[in-house]
Amino acid sequence: MPQPGSNYAQPSSDGHFGQHGGRFVAETLIHALDELEALYEQAKADPEFQAEFAEDLARFVGRPSPLYFARRLTDRLGGPQIYLKREDLNHTGAHKINNCIGQALLARRMGKPRVIAETGAGQHGVATATVAARFGLECQVYMGSVDIARQALNVYRMKLLGASVVPVNSGSKTLKDALNEALRDWVTHVDDTHYIIGTVAGPHPFPMLVRDFQSVIGQEARSQCLQQMGRLPDTLVACVGGGSNALGLFHPFIDDEAVRLVGVEAAGLGLETGRHAAPLNDGQVGVLHGNKTYLMQDADGQISETHSISAGLDYPGVGPEHSHLKDIGRAEYDAVTDEEALAAFRLLNETEGIMPALESSHAVAWVVREAPRLGAGQIVVINLSGRGDKDIETVAKLDGTTL
Amino acid sequence: MSRIGQTLEALRSQQRTALVPFITAGDPHLDATVPALNALVQGGADLLELGVPFSDPEADGPAIQASSERALANGTGLRDVLDCVAEFRAGNDQTPVILMGYLNSVLAMGEGAFATAAAEAGVDGMIIVNLPPEESDSLRGALAKQGIDLILLAAPTTSDERLSAIDRAATGFVYLVSLKGTTGADHISIGEVKQHLARLRARTRLPILVGFGIKDGPTARALGKQADGVVVGAAIVSRMAALSADTDAIPETLRQFAHDLRQALDA
Repeated sequence: MPQPGSNYAQPSSDGHFGQHGGRFVAETLIHALDELEALYEQAKADPEFQAEFAEDLARFVGRPSPLYFARRLTDRLGGPQIYLKREDLNHTGAHKINNCIGQALLARRMGKPRVIAETGAGQHGVATATVAARFGLECQVYMGSVDIARQALNVYRMKLLGASVVPVNSGSKTLKDALNEALRDWVTHVDDTHYIIGTVAGPHPFPMLVRDFQSVIGQEARSQCLQQMGRLPDTLVACVGGGSNALGLFHPFIDDEAVRLVGVEAAGLGLETGRHAAPLNDGQVGVLHGNKTYLMQDADGQISETHSISAGLDYPGVGPEHSHLKDIGRAEYDAVTDEEALAAFRLLNETEGIMPALESSHAVAWVVREAPRLGAGQIVVINLSGRGDKDIETVAKLDGTTL
Repeated sequence: MSRIGQTLEALRSQQRTALVPFITAGDPHLDATVPALNALVQGGADLLELGVPFSDPEADGPAIQASSERALANGTGLRDVLDCVAEFRAGNDQTPVILMGYLNSVLAMGEGAFATAAAEAGVDGMIIVNLPPEESDSLRGALAKQGIDLILLAAPTTSDERLSAIDRAATGFVYLVSLKGTTGADHISIGEVKQHLARLRARTRLPILVGFGIKDGPTARALGKQADGVVVGAAIVSRMAALSADTDAIPETLRQFAHDLRQALDA
C-alpha cells in the first residue's frame, strides 16, 4: 500500500483510475461484481483473512522471495548495481500464485465451489489449477487453441492438477479470446463460479484486488532494500503484459517519488512494424474486457492481433492503473524487442545461473540496454517475475534444436 | 416521442407484441443486409436490431460470434453499418432501427461524431451490451441531443433497487435479458423469465422487450403474453449461416421465419 497520508488513492470508489478502469460489462455480471467488491472490502479489513493469506504465502508459496544481488551481471554491464526480486522461486514458478491464493480465499468465503480462469502461456492457468487443488475447488481454464499448441507442457500440467482445459477457437485463438470465453462462462454460471482474473485488468474490483494481492512483492522488496542496502532503490523495472507483476512491485513505492518506475512492454518485431504488444507505447484509449485503458486497435475500434515471443505479454490491452500512471507521469513505459529479450534470457543464464521467463527477460533486456545511462552508484531492482523452464522449447526451436 | 416510442405505443394500443429480429450488418456480405432487413419487415417485424460487428463480442454465443467474424472478414466497419441504415431508411421511414454492439466501436469514432452520423443515417436507438448505466452518462447525453434512445438492459441478477435505477435512466424501452448467459443460449426458462418480467413491470412504465435464447414461435408466444416485445437473434443468424452456399435465398427464408414468428405472436 502507499504510505499513510498518501495523496495517491486509486481507484475512486466507482473503480476508476483517472479516465481509465471502470466496469464495462454485461448487466448480468454487475451483481457478482458488487458482491465481490463488498466481500473483498470486508476481507481486507479482517485480520483473520489477512492471516490466512500471509500463512499460505509463507508456507505454500514459499515467501518472502529473496532480493538477490546479481554481481556478475552487474560487473558485465558495468553500470548500476542490479538486484533481482526472485518471484521465479515461488511455488509454480511465477508471481501469478500470489493473486490466485488471495482470490481462492475469496471464492471460499463467497461459498463458490467452482473457479474459472483464462491463460495465455499457461502460468496463470497452472497457478489457478494449483490453488483449486489446494482448496478443493472445481477448476476450468480457458486457453486459445494457438496457445495450447505452443504450451503443451503447461496444458498437461493443468490436467495433472485436476483442471479441465477448454480450447478457445474464436477470434485470434489466443489470450484475449480466452478472456472473452471466460467472461461468457462466468455470465452463464455466475451463481456458483468465481472468475480468477490473472492480471490487474477486467472490471472493477479486479484491477484493485489483484494489485493488492500482488503488492506483497513491492512490500517485501521495499523492506529488503532498506535492510540489505540501507536505502531505497533508484529504479524499479518490470515487464508489462496485463501488468500484475509490475504493479505488485511498483505500488508500495508510489509515494517514494525519487524512485523511478519503469514498465517494459513487448516490442515484438519492433514498434515500427506494428507487430508488437505495446499498447502503452503505441495504442489508443478504448474499452475491452470490462475496463477502459490503452489498447491496440484499428481506426474502427477493432482489437488488433498482437505479437510477442512471450505468450504472457501477447495481449492487446493493459491494466487500467498502468494507463493512469502513464497519464500522470508517475511511471514510464518503454519496450524491448523479441531479439533483445532473447539476448537477455541467454545473458542471465550465463552470468547468474538463473533462467528467466521470456516475459521477465524483457525487464532484464531494458536494463542491459539502458545500463550505460544509469549511474554506477544506482540501485536497480528487476522483478524476475517467473522462471523460464516453460520457454526452453521455444528457445531451442529458435536455435534449430528439436527436443 | 421517438420512432421507437411511437411504434411501441401503437402496438400496445392494438394489444400486439412487438417482433424484433436481429441480424449482424455485413453478414454474409454488406449487399445482403438491406434486403434482409426489408424481408424481415415484410414478414412482420415491428422494430429491427442491427448488430455492429466487433472483434471481441464477449456477451455473444457462438452463432452471433461467428456472424460477427464473417462480417469483419469482409471488411464491415461502423461507417458501413450506418450506410446500411441510411439505405434502408431511404425506402422505409416507419420501422425503428436499433444498433446493437460494443462500446469500443462508438468510442473509436467518438461519441459526438457517432451520435451525429447515426442520427443522419436514421438510427433510432442504441444497445451497448457492455455499457451499464453507471458508465453511460456521456454517451446517453450525446445520443439524446440527436434524439436517439440509449436502451438499457436488465438481467435476472439485477436487484429490485437497481431495476428502479435503470428505469430512471432508461428511454425508449427496457431490454430484459431472459437468462444468465450469452445470446443464443439454450437454457431459457419461461417460468423464470415471467418472474423477472413481473419484477421489472412493477418498477417501470416503459415497454419491456425480452431477448436472449428465444428461438421459435412457441417461446416467443409464451413470453409475448407478458412482454411488450421479443427479440430473436441467434435463430435468425443461424438460418442465414446455413444458406452460405445460396445467399440469394436469404431474404425469402427470413421473410418466412418472421412471418411464422408473427403468426405465433398474434395467435
